[in-house]
Amino acid sequence: MNEQELHDVVIEALTDVAPDIDPARIDPGADLGEQLAIDSMDFLNIVVAVHERTGIEIPERDYPKLSTLDDAVAYLLAAQQRGADA
Amino acid sequence: MADFLMPSLGADMEFGTLLEWRVEPGDAVNRGDIVAVVDTSKAEIEVEIFENGVIDELRVPEGTRVPVGTVLATLRTGADDGPAPPGAPAMTVATTPDAPTGTVATAPSPKPAAMPPPPPPPPPVTLPQFASEEHRLRVSPVARRAAEQLGVDLTAVAGSGPDGAITKGDVERAAAAIARTIAPAAAAAGPAPTAAQAPPPTPPPAAPEERAGAMRLAIGALMARSKREIPHYYLQTQIDMSSALAWLEEENLRRSVSDRLLPAALLLSAVAGAVAATPAMNGFWVDGAFHPADGVHLGVAISLRGGGLIAPALHDADHKSLDELMAGLRDLVMRARTGRLRGSEMSDPTITVTNLGERGVDLVHGVIYPPQVALVGFGGIGERPWAADGMIGARPVVIATLAADHRASDGLAGSRFLTLIDHRLRKPEEL
Amino acid sequence: MSASAMVTVTYREAIRAAIREALVADERVFLMGEDVGAYGGCFGVSKGLLDEFGPERIRDAPLSESAFVGAGIGAAMGGMRPIVEVMTVNFCLLALDQIIDNAATITHMSGGQFAIPLVIRMTTGAGRQVAAQHSHSLEGWLAHIPGLKLLAPATLKDARGMLAPALADPNPVLIFEHGSLYNMEGELPADAGGCDIERAAIRRPGTHVTLVAYGGTLATALVAAEELAADGIEAEVLDLRVLRPLDDSAVIESVTRTHRAVIVDEGWRSGSLAAEVSARIMEQAFYELDAPVARVCSAEVPMPYPHHLEQAALPQAGTVVAEVRRMTGADG
Repeated sequence: MNEQELHDVVIEALTDVAPDIDPARIDPGADLGEQLAIDSMDFLNIVVAVHERTGIEIPERDYPKLSTLDDAVAYLLAAQQRGADA
Repeated sequence: MADFLMPSLGADMEFGTLLEWRVEPGDAVNRGDIVAVVDTSKAEIEVEIFENGVIDELRVPEGTRVPVGTVLATLRTGADDGPAPPGAPAMTVATTPDAPTGTVATAPSPKPAAMPPPPPPPPPVTLPQFASEEHRLRVSPVARRAAEQLGVDLTAVAGSGPDGAITKGDVERAAAAIARTIAPAAAAAGPAPTAAQAPPPTPPPAAPEERAGAMRLAIGALMARSKREIPHYYLQTQIDMSSALAWLEEENLRRSVSDRLLPAALLLSAVAGAVAATPAMNGFWVDGAFHPADGVHLGVAISLRGGGLIAPALHDADHKSLDELMAGLRDLVMRARTGRLRGSEMSDPTITVTNLGERGVDLVHGVIYPPQVALVGFGGIGERPWAADGMIGARPVVIATLAADHRASDGLAGSRFLTLIDHRLRKPEEL
Repeated sequence: MSASAMVTVTYREAIRAAIREALVADERVFLMGEDVGAYGGCFGVSKGLLDEFGPERIRDAPLSESAFVGAGIGAAMGGMRPIVEVMTVNFCLLALDQIIDNAATITHMSGGQFAIPLVIRMTTGAGRQVAAQHSHSLEGWLAHIPGLKLLAPATLKDARGMLAPALADPNPVLIFEHGSLYNMEGELPADAGGCDIERAAIRRPGTHVTLVAYGGTLATALVAAEELAADGIEAEVLDLRVLRPLDDSAVIESVTRTHRAVIVDEGWRSGSLAAEVSARIMEQAFYELDAPVARVCSAEVPMPYPHHLEQAALPQAGTVVAEVRRMTGADG
């Protein structure tokens, strides 16, 4: 998946748990939990959804690396790359 | 409760005069005890009782002539109406089928030797609307009628009328709030045993802010009632979460993303077990008495996007594994936040758990959801100084609180309950 | 303009016009009472009628209510259509035997052989500093009596229109003119005529509460309704118009819409018309009520003479507003 596709996957997962948010208004550099009122259960559901759509395993200790939209996309790109290299 | 009736002491007996009581309210009686003397107009007869229990109330004063079948006294039976002993010639009107007067119509039919099992305790929504005369609600006549039509539980409505009376407008606002919060779920799940049973004629789809406003009203009404009627007491305890979190971290390492557990699942599991061991926290205060619940149905307070909260039930939480609890919680949160809860989930939590730690508070002093009698709250899990074995160290700690109904339990029971939660969280592998 | 021209009249002039019309229309009609002739009536209602119709038909009576009310009853039994003016409702107490024991009963006791087509007009109510012996509202007492019909014109139209059907009624009809209304001025069609004397009327539609009023309290209720409207409370003002027999259905229909009622009655609360209306609402519309029926009545004292005490004793719009706010939970 390219960066845009991974971006779309994250957005889709976000809007599934928070149907009221407007993707266009997400600040890609700001903390998702704070700006979108995402709690740990929402976050888990997002991680699960991303996993199901991309196959990427996200260990619990890496959760902080997905705290903003930009970070999440970058993390997924890197993880995908590691998976491909391996 | 059982009724002690004027017996038929002969096929021709239609009336009897209660001559003398041999018991007083509060007396314990056993099957076969003489409790009264009755004049049949032929003879004075000592009358026995055929159930064990405690005399609750003498309904008929001495010297009164009453028809056969009249309730003379009420009896509190310990097992609250367990099956009568086989073959017990129940103290009723077995020989009155040919009594010519209309009085037999009001007499209970003879009890069969083996009674059917007692009916399950009613779910909260079917409870009588009026606890007792002393707690009689002030409801205007038209509001009472509207409540019947709309299926609104008047005990959950705050009154805005003179002297706090509930008015038609109060009922209509409550009905609208209920319909907006649970009708979508109830419509999907078929008839639900809740106020949504008779929803007002198709409320228009509510705008988010309207929905939130209606929910605020509903929450306000219920919480106001809680604070008005329930004598809350509050306890809190700090719980060392290091074992639980260490166990959880290790466990989650082994699990794939979709099977991972959140600390909330551990907290719920610990609470469920403690609730099962502490019946005084689990049930309903209705009709001036505590009615313990049959199962442990944890009401999980879930905040909703856009404001408000809802506390649907995780059914039989004490019999669920951590994985089942986690799955159930995920499912409830997802459906609560996207509006697909089932009516049954809304109606029958037996105790509520609220977890406010996500947003960083240390603890929560909860408001009990009537007619429940307790609410457990958790603050955030955070590192705090912790003294143990003469040393101070930093450990992850959560503050668990209990708000409980002093009518149903005392602080001692509450503190045992919180301690039980603590102990269970220290042995996460046993959860 | 298809409607007839409007003329500006006072309540007093509207009644005079009605009397004049009756005198012109039917030679059996005559007016009798204290000072109705040369003086033109204690409240000026009959001013000028003596000149126009002469002493045979505009008859000054001696100061004996019992005598001239009795004479009116006799005249009615004899085929005349008398209009008897009693100066105030307090003074009609002197004629109660005639009104209750004769006027209200003779039709029944004679097996229907005699009709009593008598109209008795009297002034009622306070507000003019004429003290306790001239100021009371005793309509409720008289409304107790079967065989009488009681009317309370509170508008110019009713002042103008109620007399003709009252005279046409074969039974005795009492018309109560509130003393504070005589100078009320407004427009009426020049050809205004009779009106119904059966039904209550809604003077202001509303949805949140029904203010039941009559006679002198209609204005009080309307002022209160205006004040309540500023708070967003829409009060319906119902003018009873007919005090006996009461138009139950109008009251019940209104309360069924609004679910609340305040009765504004210048009579004393105890045993009052307000009590009667309240009881009927309870009997017939209990399950429509969203609050107990409230009553705003006169203080239970003989009407005081000093202005401030008289006003304190009378139902005031502010009291009505407070009562409505209390029952609608709008009293903060």
